[in-house]
Amino acid sequence: MHTLKFLWIPMASALAFLGCGIAHSQGNDFNNIQRGRYLAQAGDCISCHTVKGGKPFAGGYPVETPFGTIYSSNITPDVVTGIGNWTGDDFYRSMHSGRRKDGQYLYPACPYPWFTKMTREDINDLKAYLDTLEPVRAIPPENDLIWPLGWRQFMAGWNLLFFDEGEYTPRQDESMTWNRGAYLVNGVGHCAACHTPKNVLGASDKDKALQGGDAGEGWFAPSLTGHERDGLGSWTIKDIAQYLKTGANKDTASTGPMTEVVMNSTQHLSDADLAAVATYLKSIPAHQAPTTAPEDIDDQAMARGKGLYVDQCIGCHMADGKGQDEAFPPLAGSPPIQAENAQTLIQVVLAGDHMADPPSLPTGLAMPAFDWKLNDQQVADVLTYVRNSWGNRAPPVSANDVAEVRKDVHKYGPRFKRMITHALP
Amino acid sequence: MATTLKPVDVVLVGFGWTASIIAQELTEEGLQVLALERGVDRATVPDFATTHIQDELKYAVRNGLFQAPVRETLSFRNTRSQTALPMRQLGSFRPGAGVGGAGVHWNGQTWRFLPDDFVLRSHTEQRYGADFIPEDLTIQDWGITYDDLEPCYDRFEYLCGVSGAAANVAGERRKHGNPFEGDRSRDYPLPPLDRSAGSLMFDKAARELGYHPFAAPAANTSRPYRNPLGVQMGQCTYCGFCEWFGCGNNSKASPQSTILPVLLKKDNFSYRTGCDVTRVLLDNTGNKAKGVMYRDLEGREFEQPSELVILCAFAHHNVHLLLLSGIGRPYDPVTGTGVTGRNYAYQITSSVEVFVDELMNPYMGAGALGQAIDDFNTDNFDHGPEGFIGGGYIALWTTGGRPILQHHLPKEAPKWGEGWKKSMAENYLKSASISTHGSVASHREAYLDLDPTYKDIYGNPMLRLTFDFHENDYKMSDFLTGKAESIGKAMKPRAMNVKKRKPPYSIVPYQTTHNTGGAVMGDDPRTSVVNRYLQTWDVPNVFVVGACNFPQNAGYNPTGTVGALAFWAADAIRKMYLKNPGPLVRI
Repeated sequence: MHTLKFLWIPMASALAFLGCGIAHSQGNDFNNIQRGRYLAQAGDCISCHTVKGGKPFAGGYPVETPFGTIYSSNITPDVVTGIGNWTGDDFYRSMHSGRRKDGQYLYPACPYPWFTKMTREDINDLKAYLDTLEPVRAIPPENDLIWPLGWRQFMAGWNLLFFDEGEYTPRQDESMTWNRGAYLVNGVGHCAACHTPKNVLGASDKDKALQGGDAGEGWFAPSLTGHERDGLGSWTIKDIAQYLKTGANKDTASTGPMTEVVMNSTQHLSDADLAAVATYLKSIPAHQAPTTAPEDIDDQAMARGKGLYVDQCIGCHMADGKGQDEAFPPLAGSPPIQAENAQTLIQVVLAGDHMADPPSLPTGLAMPAFDWKLNDQQVADVLTYVRNSWGNRAPPVSANDVAEVRKDVHKYGPRFKRMITHALP
Repeated sequence: MATTLKPVDVVLVGFGWTASIIAQELTEEGLQVLALERGVDRATVPDFATTHIQDELKYAVRNGLFQAPVRETLSFRNTRSQTALPMRQLGSFRPGAGVGGAGVHWNGQTWRFLPDDFVLRSHTEQRYGADFIPEDLTIQDWGITYDDLEPCYDRFEYLCGVSGAAANVAGERRKHGNPFEGDRSRDYPLPPLDRSAGSLMFDKAARELGYHPFAAPAANTSRPYRNPLGVQMGQCTYCGFCEWFGCGNNSKASPQSTILPVLLKKDNFSYRTGCDVTRVLLDNTGNKAKGVMYRDLEGREFEQPSELVILCAFAHHNVHLLLLSGIGRPYDPVTGTGVTGRNYAYQITSSVEVFVDELMNPYMGAGALGQAIDDFNTDNFDHGPEGFIGGGYIALWTTGGRPILQHHLPKEAPKWGEGWKKSMAENYLKSASISTHGSVASHREAYLDLDPTYKDIYGNPMLRLTFDFHENDYKMSDFLTGKAESIGKAMKPRAMNVKKRKPPYSIVPYQTTHNTGGAVMGDDPRTSVVNRYLQTWDVPNVFVVGACNFPQNAGYNPTGTVGALAFWAADAIRKMYLKNPGPLVRI
């Protein structure tokens, strides 16, 4: 048994885990390109480097940040406007150190603080894949940042404060699977870019890793820690892997930006890599989620919410909140329903949403929009009810919370309508 | 001047049930398949979303999902002696338009025809003698048998997640279900829907009379379901808005809820909406189709070349297109020769309304939630003493209790004002209707042809329907109505309305959209447009699929058989035609 032998040989383990997702490259171009393609999927490059209706990887996608809008770059091999004249070293420096070919600093909207963990070999392979794309001559719009952030030199200071440059170092006390998962989650997968709260300067708060964070445009990425209620504590490795593969599992279905991640990225990961990601995530201890006492929940809001729930929701989600097996996701006992921040739930109620529809679960069941039908208070009440019924417990939702998200929905439109859905060449 | 488009392997006219099934099957062969749909694009969300679909005025009264006569209609007359007039509104039947076709707005009543239905003429002659069939009735055998079609019925039922009880599985007789049904290879995919109060009362009454009531098969899911394509369906909520509405819960089987999530993702499938196909284009031999001609919503003309043309539109449109394209000799009622347009048939319905003391709660319904008896269908009883051919089922459906169109009042109730309100309040929750669903035997004088006077918006002759019910139909319907009345009486109602079907056939009040024939299948090119594989006899690369293939109409809703025929034709194309394109039956 190879696996057992490797587990007992730390050095072999440390070297081997990096390649266990896919056939290891041996200087064969085709293999390298295929590995690179897989890594491009694992990193979901296409979702940010493609604008809706545009050519894949040609950039121009607006990344909304609290500091303004940053437009993604063209990473096709066009020699003038893309990265066609970048050498392997240039590309490695951008991924590893956050510097462009011309030496200028990248903004961390490009997740180099995570990509820095990738091995040189993986970055080379990713470049080998990107080099095979159709070159597209396209210049993204100018960034629209608050003064004085337009001056890229500022990032030198930011990097000094928040950026730990350096490849991933395997932990000798953990299994090969765990190390592979940690490498994927904290490296190319850059899960924390959304799932970790950010500080006032937009840097991920390392003390609160994966405790839930801002996913942009009024979406909240829930906690991935081991918390039972507000995290992955109640999910098995299989549950997590199934969610990443299909976009749904016993407790929930993906929404908003995560549906895009499932469709463009995680559904393509090998079963071994999904198990590795899940193994790593399961090892993150529960965070201290704020507690909600029963007295924090207004009885009248609950009563109003129940009425709305019966009228609007039970057809699919059922009176007991358990949803329907094989079809509509449950709300009872579902961790994302009990996320600390209800933004994502408000988004889904207001704008509706479509489930991921990979070949393994092709239906793409959808929830209709309620923005035209329910006012802010009604959305707040029904969500407060859903978040505090059938054993659920989570902070109440206010009409103001809904009003804020409604602004985002009006500003950006329903997320599912802007999803980037190119199949990779 | 028409614009010629890039050729495809297969062009499908229409994008409802049959086109969806055939597209799913033929794309599996790697063929490039294109569907041309005259209506609009539609998806469960947002178009049928539960947030707004239960709007009776918009959908049921104002025809939200149907063919718009302003763009496409037909002319009608009862007999050849009359001059047909174009219909500005459609009433008696309401064909669907748009992606999913009538598969979006149907009820989900999913029947298999009986083995005898497929051999109606030979069976009748054998049991009752050739003289038993009146001379004017042009009923004939289908050219296939129930056993041929059984695997296709099975596939359609599993595609749709049909809820029902089987009585005859692989030779094993079971207590529940329809004891008259043909052999089935396996059970229904889902158990029957929960029974309504009306179903239970009908069941009891029918049983007391010695009949054999059963839960009618429903393409409304009694449980959450995942079909063989991996498509998920939600459980029916008994909201009572099936017929005339799309289903927002993914519970009623439709192309959208069963096939399209898989089909629409295929690189070798595409569809275009707003396309009125006006011709099948034949080459100069007249024996080979080159493709089709269609008009878009702006009236621009396009020629779509294709190796294979499959007509999958509503019965009337398939026949209209064949007539306009010169495929098959048009039927001539004077000589009784010709095939295209021949053996058009309809169905004959009647009802018995019962007013009871018990609460029926009709609003908790589903399109195919019903209890039925099949004791008087096809040849499940002795026709000898009755002197007619055919039959039908008798059922109490609890499809819903919508406020505008779905209520029953006793005959003596006032038609308006305070008295009407009072009667409505007394009867809305305490009434139900028993319906009969009778076959119509095809008749020499019932047919479709091109109207000599009226033209459609493109300047083509309109389709003309010449139809009336005939003596056999009325005899049969009166017989069924009498049986329904006896069941109604056994429900011990305080009042009852018996609504017989009276002559002549009127195209105005709604009866049923189960129009059949005109491009019938068979094994004789002198009496059928298509062979047993639904391939036209004259143009081997044109297939025609749908209820237009029925040689006569049966006493059942047609969709189960239409779905099965789509699988049947797709199988023939996959297994036989593609290997050796040409006539699949040689005479």
